[in-house]
Amino acid sequence: MTGRVLIADDSVPRLAPHVRLRYDEARSRWAVLAPERMLLPDDIAVEVLQRLDGQRTLAAIIDLLAQEFQAERAEVRGDVIDLLQDLSDKGFVTA
Amino acid sequence: MTAHPPPVALLCELTHRCPLRCAYCSNPLALEGASDELSTGEWMNLLDQAADLGVLQVHFSGGEPTVRQDLADLVAHAAGRGLYTNLITSGVLLGAAQIMALAEAGLEHVQLGLPDCEEEGSAFITGFKGGFARKMATAQAVRDAGLALTVNAVITRHNAARLPRMIEMAVELGARRLEVANVQYYGWGLKNRAALMPGPDQLKAMTPIVQEARERLKGVLVIDYVIPDYYAKRPKSCMGGWGQQFVNITPSGKVLPCHAAETIPHLSFDSLRERTLRDIWEHGMAFSAYRGDHWMPSACKACDRKEIDWGGCRCQALALAGDAAAIDPTCVDSPHHAGIRALAEAEAEAGSDAITYRSFTLPRSG
Repeated sequence: MTGRVLIADDSVPRLAPHVRLRYDEARSRWAVLAPERMLLPDDIAVEVLQRLDGQRTLAAIIDLLAQEFQAERAEVRGDVIDLLQDLSDKGFVTA
Repeated sequence: MTAHPPPVALLCELTHRCPLRCAYCSNPLALEGASDELSTGEWMNLLDQAADLGVLQVHFSGGEPTVRQDLADLVAHAAGRGLYTNLITSGVLLGAAQIMALAEAGLEHVQLGLPDCEEEGSAFITGFKGGFARKMATAQAVRDAGLALTVNAVITRHNAARLPRMIEMAVELGARRLEVANVQYYGWGLKNRAALMPGPDQLKAMTPIVQEARERLKGVLVIDYVIPDYYAKRPKSCMGGWGQQFVNITPSGKVLPCHAAETIPHLSFDSLRERTLRDIWEHGMAFSAYRGDHWMPSACKACDRKEIDWGGCRCQALALAGDAAAIDPTCVDSPHHAGIRALAEAEAEAGSDAITYRSFTLPRSG
């Protein structure tokens, strides 16, 4: 049995196996598909999830977002960790 | 523009054949025979129509879907159209090689039914000996193939006391998701309700066990908990609203708003052999009948939960209140609410073990 994943700066967060982020053309929105569950991420969550490439560390993802959206890094960091920890606890994201 | 938003999920009852004879099977009492089943080509055509319509997830179910020799071909076809694929299985017919083939075909996820955490209880409820060991082997093979696993622990009064062990078993099997699913009383489950219904004390004991496990297993195992409707205060959002998100296909290609809809005698159901999925979804009589709120009793129309539970379950309203358009009797605002809870308590107290096992020959009701 594996324990709870804690999202930290040196984590490499990614979508969990068998979780898919896809654009839903019929409804013009993004959807996260998972075993018998579906999540409709908001615009910010979509931006974060699109940057999970299995290579970047959390710190690198935060840098990228802070730069692209010209936002305060500390604020971005808090929001991204909250989001990814929640998605990890729900089984959508791993690290 | 379409008349209604398209369904999100498609459930394909590929067959009603199954080696198990579960007392709580949700299939209808009148099972469809093998000779009426859609062909491989017809199922593939449906999957194309579903993807074009906007369906995102497809569930291959049954009966036991793995009796179909073309299952891997159907999975591959669905995955090729970008559909998220899920197999709902008893796990008693699957070998490791077949599971690997399904994974290679693009299957994402397996939901494995767990009727008990031991052979004796499992055999009693499924009418099938030796199933438990096969299920354990299947769970291991599913994990070895790298597939996501959900364990669906079906709860009755016979196994309720073993819930803690069933939760630990889900963790040991490597499931990331567990459904603690009290039986939903439809089909054979409704017929056998008196032999399955847990008592109020059992139900009261379950809730803290689930809560404790959820906290302890946070990030390890997601637990969905379904209580028996008969003890609920508000109805479930059945199918996410009639004709709003979900469509069910029977083995012969009948298109249903839910798997139990055929119990409502005044509805007529269209077949994929005669109309397209889109046409049936948008204009079919059975879908229009209870979609939205036009059919609702005035108490439901005025209720602030109207778009949360969509009036609950029509099949249950018919079965328990005698009218498919009545308030779902599991709702505290139904005049039948107290009566059905009393009925559940009385059946649990009486403790009958008389089970009518699932069979293709409809038993005479006596």
